Amino acid sequence: MGLSQIDLAGSQAGHDMLGASRSDNRGKGVPKNMTKKRILAIASGGGHWQQLMLLRDAFQHHDVFYLTTLPGLAAQFDANPSALVPDCNRDEKLAILHACWVIAVRLVRFRPHVVISTGALPGVITLVLAKLIGARTIWVDSVANAEEMSMSGKLARRFADLWLSQWEDVAAAEGAEFAGAVL
Amino acid sequence: MIFVTVGTQLAFPRLVEAMDSLAPDLDEEIVVQCGPVKGVWNNIVAVQSMAPDEFSENFAAARVIVAHAGIGTILSAKNAHKPLIIVPRQFKFGEHRNDHQMATARYAQKLAGVHVAWETDELMGLLLNPDLEPAHVDPGPSHAALVNRLRDFIDQ
Repeated sequence: MGLSQIDLAGSQAGHDMLGASRSDNRGKGVPKNMTKKRILAIASGGGHWQQLMLLRDAFQHHDVFYLTTLPGLAAQFDANPSALVPDCNRDEKLAILHACWVIAVRLVRFRPHVVISTGALPGVITLVLAKLIGARTIWVDSVANAEEMSMSGKLARRFADLWLSQWEDVAAAEGAEFAGAVL
Repeated sequence: MIFVTVGTQLAFPRLVEAMDSLAPDLDEEIVVQCGPVKGVWNNIVAVQSMAPDEFSENFAAARVIVAHAGIGTILSAKNAHKPLIIVPRQFKFGEHRNDHQMATARYAQKLAGVHVAWETDELMGLLLNPDLEPAHVDPGPSHAALVNRLRDFIDQ
């Protein structure tokens, strides 16, 4: 399947959403007239993952596929279906390439309409690649970053349609949006 | 039991060594998850990392948690209703890439059940307190607002 086909599928599904009423149906599953979307949710093990789990009410009424870096973590939180991606950081070029490949395969297979990440670097990679297949992308910077956006968050900026900090001051200083925090 | 965790990413020898030196004066079992470091300690047994279920079991069995100022640990303590003592990692000791854990600790000390030891010599007093307040989950309006913003964006 070529990239253009994937993009088309994403766009068409996006049009189906128009006109669906949302505000009355919060917390009650998928509103009538709304087609379920495919949501790819990715976070590294540890605090990033915990924060993603605290945001599940935002997307679990859709078809969600989870990616994380630590074996057993997704199962512990009943986050199904899920798969592992290799962890990586800026100092490990080979690990980054490996993660890119694994994430690209997942993206092409799952064809998400929306990708959401709370960090860290594997999440940035996923946002970058997700833009190539026309998905809408969300970055929620970790609440650990109370004084400036994380390095990953700064990298993610250009590839995030919704770019959030969980700190009002940080959001104001960096041009991000603030909508609330999990802590 | 005292459960000590420093997260999976980085070692935190200052905290592990402090717990090792305090152990003889504490009449309590100490379980330590010490991160990627090979050390020899006299009074404690440490493992580098734990599987998620093993980690949860220790977390649940502990009287009190001693940890770095990691968000994951703070959220776990809230979920498990455990008293949490945090020692923030400091950049000047090479313990993290910057001082964000100091900022986390300054904020987290306002949370119920989170107790900050800014230096390791404050640990003993906190550990000897039998009535440390436990952390608890209190999903506030800020959390709900964030979820609603994300949900609106995703559903549109």
